[in-house]
Amino acid sequence: MTNPPVSSREYLKPPITEVGVIGWLRGNLFNSWYNSLLTVVVLILLWQLVPPFFRWAFIDSVWNTPAEACRDIDGACWSIIPRNISFILFGFFPDGEQWRPGLAMALMLGLVIFSRNRKHWKKSLGIYWSIGLIAMGTLMYGGVFGMQVVETARWSGLPLTFMLALFGMVAAYPLGVFLALGRQSRMPAIKTLCVVYIEMIRGVPLISLLFMSSVMFPLFLPEGVTIDKVLRAQVAIILFTAAYIAEVVRGGLQAMPRGQFEAADSIGLNYNQTMRLIILPQALKIVIPPSVGILLSAFKDTSLVVIIALYDVLKTTKVTLSNPKWTGYSTEAYIFLAVLYFICCYAMSNYSRKLEKELHTGR
Amino acid sequence: MKMSRLTVLVMILSLLTAGFAFAGKDLDAVKKKGFIQAGVNGGVFGFGMPDEKGVWKGLDVDTAKAVAAAIFGDASKVKYTPLTAQQRFTALQSGEIDVLTRNATRTLSRETQLGLNFVTVNYYDGQGFMVPKKLGVKSAKELGGATVCVLPGTTTEQNAADYFRSNSMDWKPVVIESTSELAKTFFAGRCDVLTSDASQLAGTRAVAPNPKDYAILPEIISKEPLAPAVRHGDDQFRDIVDFAVLAMINAEELGITSQNVDEMMKSNDPMVQRFLGVIEGNGAALGLDEKWAYNIVKQVGNYGEVFERNVGVNTTLGIERGLNALWTNGGLMYSPPFK
Repeated sequence: MTNPPVSSREYLKPPITEVGVIGWLRGNLFNSWYNSLLTVVVLILLWQLVPPFFRWAFIDSVWNTPAEACRDIDGACWSIIPRNISFILFGFFPDGEQWRPGLAMALMLGLVIFSRNRKHWKKSLGIYWSIGLIAMGTLMYGGVFGMQVVETARWSGLPLTFMLALFGMVAAYPLGVFLALGRQSRMPAIKTLCVVYIEMIRGVPLISLLFMSSVMFPLFLPEGVTIDKVLRAQVAIILFTAAYIAEVVRGGLQAMPRGQFEAADSIGLNYNQTMRLIILPQALKIVIPPSVGILLSAFKDTSLVVIIALYDVLKTTKVTLSNPKWTGYSTEAYIFLAVLYFICCYAMSNYSRKLEKELHTGR
Repeated sequence: MKMSRLTVLVMILSLLTAGFAFAGKDLDAVKKKGFIQAGVNGGVFGFGMPDEKGVWKGLDVDTAKAVAAAIFGDASKVKYTPLTAQQRFTALQSGEIDVLTRNATRTLSRETQLGLNFVTVNYYDGQGFMVPKKLGVKSAKELGGATVCVLPGTTTEQNAADYFRSNSMDWKPVVIESTSELAKTFFAGRCDVLTSDASQLAGTRAVAPNPKDYAILPEIISKEPLAPAVRHGDDQFRDIVDFAVLAMINAEELGITSQNVDEMMKSNDPMVQRFLGVIEGNGAALGLDEKWAYNIVKQVGNYGEVFERNVGVNTTLGIERGLNALWTNGGLMYSPPFK
């Protein structure tokens, strides 16, 4: 009787069902009867959904045809995007001048990318931003270097969305920090004011604030005085976002151990110095994730200006859809918008994770 | 140089009264800034909507242009403020816009309580029904028990409920928020009837997979006279807006179009001569240039041209003149004499 050689590699191999693809499948997808059932159900669903979607979106679809050509096909009519792209992206900006908002947005994107690198966080960054913002404003408004004047009422589409979001965030953040500090203040008047403000704003939806800014507020102004519609919406968005930022920052402030304040006191720092040098840098670092959450939702909330007839990128798309020629292709248009919003939001949350990792000094 | 307080006071007062001594305040303000701020609908095809290049088009937009042509002799001196249904009257009251040309129905309560004046109707609309032809329904009276697609929260829903109740018929409303979804639902066959303003029904039918399969029923169950509006306080400006609309109607009555208006200047007909300012008088009466009506017809067109260009049978909407035909053709468009 000959025993098989124990040392032979063949006999050391685990059973085929435990390794490789099959092993992984058994281990992860079919390791119990309910998981097997789930896997099968999901596979069936995918089989039902993915190929038809793929066929609709890519095989039977058309990409750049007149609206009439879309009538005869079963697939997606992506033509709605290229055929209306200048209105969807730039709205009422005069036709021949659309390179201006395009360039302004590119400039903004460049500045944002430049600012991502923490090595660039110096005084010069502030100067770059000031120059950039002035350049963007000039590009949008015009009136110099032979550029035609384009008043704010015609700023629409994607630049409007970005503008409302960017200025909303940039102005709301410091305001929110002040409100959070005010809420912690020992001075009763300031404290009450901040608490009332924060709770009042948090108690109403953004839609009602926008309505107030666009419908009620003008009635209180003296006759003949009107304030720009875009500006009113912008202020409403800033006020709204600031209240939420304030509460998040307050969370960070409360997480600071007592010892930090005492240590600051013991080396003789006054209130301003304590906050600026010791407390806020630490507190703001803690609250990066929830702040980004708020900024993301603020970005998406800008689309609510649709209800006060501002032409952000969502509204320009909706207007395109109310042209009878294109009415039937709302699915395609909304998918395009979803992708646009996703790219922006994903970039923001991605950056926040990177920033968190870089700033993580351990505590 | 030293002035006594009294002198200063007198100067200020005289400046103020000088301001009031001229035309009404709205017209003055409009003339001073050099353009008209018109409140329009942001997304109703054929009435007020930007096209692919962001250029405003529509019947209401052309009405605003006519006012600009009358005041400035240049139809392009208009700026547009897109407004929602909630904003429109506030915007007019607060002075954000000078004239509202945004398919607003003239009603007693709006006219009396909102501090505004409607002028001559520029489109007679009304609520109607659309059905698939294969149902074989010929009249709205046969719609008992039908499922009806309708937009929520508008007078449309209310009107439909009233109509079915007063005719003691059952109905099942299918309420859907957006216009384009409503149309999709109806074409997919989820409801038997679609109800909306007749002008909208025509537009909806135009985008049907097969427009020939659908019929709009003859019954119109509500009155929707759509008219431009101005705020109280400047009757002269009101007159100008009113007669800008009437001038388009009168031009059609007289057979003057944007094409033949220059030849018509040589006409011997005193009515035409008075209208086009060859015989002077009308312009001075309104406080305008004598060529005001000529400018409207030349740059914007008569009512028939405006109608056909924006909503008429050769457009996607394909709406018949119907109530909006001249009174001589069985419609309601009627202009008082221009003298």
